[in-house]
Amino acid sequence: MAKIRGSIVVDIERCKGCEICMVSCPTGTIKMSGQVNGKGYFYALPANPELCIGCANCAVVCPDGVITVYKTKI
Amino acid sequence: MTEVTGIKDYIKPENLVYSKTRLMTDNILHYCPGCGHSTAHRILAEIIDEEGLQQDAIGVSPVGCSVFLYNYLDIDWQEAAHGRAPALATAIKRLNPGKVVFTYQGDGDLAAIGTSETIHSCNRGENFLIIFINNGIYGMTGGQMAPTTIPGMKSSTSPYGRDTGQMGYPLKITDIVATLPGTYYVSRQSVHTALNVRRAKRALRKAVQYQSLNRGTCFVEIVSNCPAGWKMTPVEANRWMEENMLPYYPLGDLKVPSAETSVIPDNKE
Repeated sequence: MAKIRGSIVVDIERCKGCEICMVSCPTGTIKMSGQVNGKGYFYALPANPELCIGCANCAVVCPDGVITVYKTKI
Repeated sequence: MTEVTGIKDYIKPENLVYSKTRLMTDNILHYCPGCGHSTAHRILAEIIDEEGLQQDAIGVSPVGCSVFLYNYLDIDWQEAAHGRAPALATAIKRLNPGKVVFTYQGDGDLAAIGTSETIHSCNRGENFLIIFINNGIYGMTGGQMAPTTIPGMKSSTSPYGRDTGQMGYPLKITDIVATLPGTYYVSRQSVHTALNVRRAKRALRKAVQYQSLNRGTCFVEIVSNCPAGWKMTPVEANRWMEENMLPYYPLGDLKVPSAETSVIPDNKE
């Protein structure tokens, strides 16, 4: 069976660090960064990118639409 | 603009499954982190884009936090006085019957100062869509009690919680308009989880499609959060909303068109 792998791109300058994507990620891919962006928010980043399945839950709930999702079969 | 990437090998245009719609402008949303307004704007923009209505949509932006909505969606807009968006939308729709007209209002705008306009335009069966964002509080002016504040909920003008003996009961205006014969489709949704965002998007898409049939007012309430006004983190606010507001404002369709009058297929996401 083909494995489905995903990848996300976070536009960190637009991210406001609300953490809603982190709690809605089913695989624990997203964590908050220890560093802040230009506005002073701890931004989201894919801390465990190999776990991402490309379900787009994070992008769908993201209020600011900062996440772009890619998905492929390998 | 700096970006953090995951695994780079998968990032190709043919693998794209989700990106911000082009109908949203590049302006950074002024809302607080985690605000439901932003998610509601985004699903509205996605629907207008996917339905190909950019040329035909006319929105009426409200007074409240979402007053700058016209900066974020690349369609035609009018700005209404506080609470008067349904009156303005009535005029727009009667003068431009072929356009898709919608208002986007908060609870202070729609359920307090604009109650009369809302109820009478729904009762007249004006052919536009009302999108109602209900977060139970006046978010922009500092978190005062709104007509939709639930019993026991704290706000800056009810610091010990809303006492229904003294302050009265919350106004379920969506239930009221669902009883009016002029409304065609009435639904209540929320945008706090991925599942609810998808359901809200489906309901809003149906409302936009029904609106173009010109058979009455469509009304979609989106129960939302206000992390700054409720003095919580966004994740706590979403949890609080799920535990306290959703039992009082249960989600789902309140009024759906009967099968004979409905011509829109139900299965489109």
